Amino acid sequence: MMNEEKVIIFQLKDEEYAVPVQHVKSIERMQPITRIPRTVSFVKGVINLRGVVTPIIDLRSRFEIEEVTHTDTTRIIIVSVGSIEAGLIVDAANDVIDLDRESIEPPPEVVGGVDAEYIHGVAKLEKRLLILLDLVKVLNPEKLDVQPTKESIH
Amino acid sequence: MEMTQYLDIFIEESKEHLQSINQQALLLEKSPGELSIVNEIFRSAHTLKGMSATMGYEDLASLTHCMENVLDAIRNNKIEVSSSVLDVLFASLDHLEAMVVEISEGGSGKRDVTETVRDLEALEKGEVPKKIQADTKNEAKSLHAYDQYEKQIIIQSKEQGFHAYELSISLRDDCILKAARVYMVFEVIEQIGEIIKTMPAVDMLETEQFGTHFTLSILTKESAENVKERILKVSEIDAVEVNDIKADQLNISSNSESEENKKLEQQEVTSQDKKSEPQQTSNAGSSGKTIRVNIERLDQLMNLFEELVIDRGRLEEISKSLKSMELNETVERMSRVSGDLQNIILTMRMVPVEQVFNRFPRMIRGLAKDLGKKVNLEIVGAETELDRTVIDEIGDPLVHLLRNSIDHGIENPEIRSSKGKNETGTIYLRAFHSGNHVFIEIQDDGAGINKQKVLSKAIENGIITKEMSENLTDKQCFELLFASGFSTADVVSDISGRGVGLDVVKNKIESLGGSIAVDSTEGSGTIFSIQLPLTLSIMSVMLVEISREKYAIPLSSIIETAIIKKEDILSAHNQKVIDFRGKVVPLVNMKDVFEVPGSTDSGQHVPVVVVRKGDKMAALVVDSFIGQQEIVLKSLGQYLTSVFAISGATILGDGQVALILDCNALIK
Repeated sequence: MMNEEKVIIFQLKDEEYAVPVQHVKSIERMQPITRIPRTVSFVKGVINLRGVVTPIIDLRSRFEIEEVTHTDTTRIIIVSVGSIEAGLIVDAANDVIDLDRESIEPPPEVVGGVDAEYIHGVAKLEKRLLILLDLVKVLNPEKLDVQPTKESIH
Repeated sequence: MEMTQYLDIFIEESKEHLQSINQQALLLEKSPGELSIVNEIFRSAHTLKGMSATMGYEDLASLTHCMENVLDAIRNNKIEVSSSVLDVLFASLDHLEAMVVEISEGGSGKRDVTETVRDLEALEKGEVPKKIQADTKNEAKSLHAYDQYEKQIIIQSKEQGFHAYELSISLRDDCILKAARVYMVFEVIEQIGEIIKTMPAVDMLETEQFGTHFTLSILTKESAENVKERILKVSEIDAVEVNDIKADQLNISSNSESEENKKLEQQEVTSQDKKSEPQQTSNAGSSGKTIRVNIERLDQLMNLFEELVIDRGRLEEISKSLKSMELNETVERMSRVSGDLQNIILTMRMVPVEQVFNRFPRMIRGLAKDLGKKVNLEIVGAETELDRTVIDEIGDPLVHLLRNSIDHGIENPEIRSSKGKNETGTIYLRAFHSGNHVFIEIQDDGAGINKQKVLSKAIENGIITKEMSENLTDKQCFELLFASGFSTADVVSDISGRGVGLDVVKNKIESLGGSIAVDSTEGSGTIFSIQLPLTLSIMSVMLVEISREKYAIPLSSIIETAIIKKEDILSAHNQKVIDFRGKVVPLVNMKDVFEVPGSTDSGQHVPVVVVRKGDKMAALVVDSFIGQQEIVLKSLGQYLTSVFAISGATILGDGQVALILDCNALIK
């Protein structure tokens, strides 16, 4: 048991990703998102999550994978890391499994277009290849350099 | 037994008990004969003793135990409440408070209190505590202490050939109408001279709140022997002792003088919170009927409730379309109940400002002592309620302003009397509701602000130029006190007005969504008015639509809304402007600033919201006004910390999130 970790598996393009279950608060269906002006493009806006205003990040956009229109399987995975709580838009949320820690390998340079920086490791699971996300890095607010467009009035 | 889990409760409750003892002790000072107050103090002290003993804080427990003994002796009429008793009581309280603070900071609550314990034990045995005994010895046979003003009178009268005597009068033990005897003695003396001081105070004499003994200081041309004879003619007088007040008694060392002043001011510094007094007695009765709730749980409750409100809205719509009578009625009833529920939840977070105000009488007492001033604090409206979060934050700014009023506002007693004012200065601390705001005012009848000094200080510190200073109105001049460069260390001594760190006060209050203003009349006082929102979580906004997005603009920054014609838009330096009541106001197209997707054609008429930041204005171009609304303020969370021109969000009735505009960021 010590060597196993429960993870939530989700789909992004053709890859399967995993995040530790203790970071996942809930999985929500797509819902209306209020756009927040002048933030980075991968921040899609905020939603009302049972009374809490929660920022939503499009993971495709975050990892610079081409964006697609949302479908019935699109989900928002609400994750919390430290004091930060945010929702990640993914193509589908598939599974919860116990992952043997020993099967985790260090990340190769590039996996499916995602910078190794955001990856904690990869795990082979029979025929599947799981990419373990480093949520701390993915949610690093320092990466949120707001692009200043037009100056405000003087 | 593992106690750490109870530590928080222990600290909280100890603080409450100490606060209550403090308050009651101040009341006791005003009416020393009131045994119900002593009982109240005893109860709190007793609980405190029990709690600290259980928690293993022996020093705390033993000190409260000694206090309890003294209180018990008072209850049983073994000793009388006097200023020396209260002094020791307050000294013990100081120790207890320090101990609790130390415990809350993780300490062991140990403290050297032997001296206070000794004093308490002495009191219990009916002796005068050592320290105070020493003081009395110092002053030879002087029974009274005189303040500057009284000394002045005595010295002057002596120069005019009057004698100043201290009379020590004892009534017979079987004297029935003590007050009547006192009155007769007064009558006698007033025929031959003037009474300048009594011990205990006159009102206490009149209400028979003394033993069989009292003292008077009088001025007369009669000889001591003569005075004595005359008084002895009043029946039921046991003994009269007449002592001359010597000149050297009037110049007692400054040390013991301040010591004495302290004692005197106990009588003079009093809080007259008339409204809260009857409340306190009723509070005492109902103290078991409240529970402590973690504020986070209340927040959760509020969030869940908002969800419910949103679903209620959906239900209402569904029931309308289904047109079922039964469903309609049920939904209506549910709406009503949930409306009431919402009110209850909101008011649950509200606490009376009393919680903050309570600590001030004691603070003023101490400050006045230290500064040698006489101050009377009048609290009005302590029952006014404010959101818990605001209450927690407002204490420090108020302390600062009150200190300011005593330090710079209220003059010394001599100066006051030379100006023909009452020697005792008054500070009013008022709280009241008005609309969606709570106002807190601190008014003193002190020296007021010297405009010229403020201006020269401001020029010296480079806040304004000399030219600018000439055109300032009074109001603008007083505003300078809040400028950040104004507070320098030497202001205290340089300026008889104000200005120490008021910028900090202002920042704090503004961070709470409030504002502060000051007004003053030189010579007759100053008033600071603080305006605070009722709660931090609810604000009034104007909802507007930009394309299909909804934004909330805080009403506090809106001057007005208007619909302007396209041809009225002018152009100056590539910036579109409008003429708004004779002022050129820049136009800000929100669609461009926020890069709102959607068409940009807005027809011939352009709705604008004129907003301000200080003196600057801007006209925000929107697509349409939705209307005014009360909203619940929500933060955007830890992830989105620096979003341009957005200060937060709110959830609208339909469950959608709307963003709140930060007008300060839009105007530079």
